[in-house]
Amino acid sequence: MTHAHPATLYSSSDYWRWYFRGVVASASVPGLILTSAFIGFGGLAREAGLTLTQAVLMTGMIWALPAKVVLLGAIMTGASLPAAAFAVALSSVRLAPMVVSLMPEMRTEKTRPWVLYLLSHFVAVTSWVLAMENLRHVPRDMRTVYYGGLGGTLVLVNMGVVGFVYGIAGSLPPAISAGLLLLTPIYFLTSLWGSARESASHFAMLFGLVLGPVMHVLTPGLDLLIAGAVGGGAAFLIHKFTRGRAHA
Amino acid sequence: MTFDAFDTWWWPYVFILLGGWLATDMWRFLGVYLGGRLSEESEALVLVRCLATALVAAVIGNLIVFPSGALADVPLLVRIIAAVVGFVAYLLVRKSILVGILAAEAVLLTAIYVFGLMD
Repeated sequence: MTHAHPATLYSSSDYWRWYFRGVVASASVPGLILTSAFIGFGGLAREAGLTLTQAVLMTGMIWALPAKVVLLGAIMTGASLPAAAFAVALSSVRLAPMVVSLMPEMRTEKTRPWVLYLLSHFVAVTSWVLAMENLRHVPRDMRTVYYGGLGGTLVLVNMGVVGFVYGIAGSLPPAISAGLLLLTPIYFLTSLWGSARESASHFAMLFGLVLGPVMHVLTPGLDLLIAGAVGGGAAFLIHKFTRGRAHA
Repeated sequence: MTFDAFDTWWWPYVFILLGGWLATDMWRFLGVYLGGRLSEESEALVLVRCLATALVAAVIGNLIVFPSGALADVPLLVRIIAAVVGFVAYLLVRKSILVGILAAEAVLLTAIYVFGLMD
């Protein structure tokens, strides 16, 4: 920690203290639920044919679980790189508005841009929810180190979890192994429903659930993109239609 | 250009880097760059949320209907019942994700042992 800004009222021990408070804040109910989802991801990555290094690297580089699960799904269904990247990008657009709403909470006049770009990598649903809840109780100048502790810990712990589960997944009894592979779908079945802001997202979820397997048979390799575009587009049209009528 | 298209050690990493990291972090970086110039409420974002939700749901549907590994040895009907019970339990018990997961796993493991699916 350099002291390029002597005007600050905080000492380096204050920075460490708030960093560690961020670390501690990661141990929470949302953090625990997230870890259960990463346990499932570790097993899934092994079944998809990834190596241990690839699975752990993917966890650290992508971080957002939907994007990782979409990439795994694309790998398993034999999608080409452009199709996979497009599907992952589509599943990650929602990160932009999340970052936009988080930045005013963290930024001060002397925050350097690279710090914000670095911290934005930690933004995914769980760390965002925790940050939006906790940041207002953190002194403004301490918010970036606090979020660094919170987000960085979540990423590192779950990289470890994925590596550990990947390592033991091969020697589990088949019944436990089957249970492990059920974790990811059930996690998303519930969390997607809960995180929906408008009923259109509920329709989108139902359409996607049905269209995914249907398109998997009809158009393997492009199944995710077509199911996403058709299911999401139809849900949006319902949203426009019902809203239009409500305003009429 | 699929994940196992080329028999080199580095191709999977290129795939993960371009298809995963770049495709995800570009949105986060755009969020930092845009600052306050994007509203959570705009219609375009409703469309984006719909597309993203349907896309992830499609993967989930595939993971249940066309699973890999040991889960593929469990009949489709059992997988669907486990998922439905988990989802209903989630809705009934204060929208708790943990309750949903536990209920679905309980159905799956009970079915495996009662019907001897893994013997």
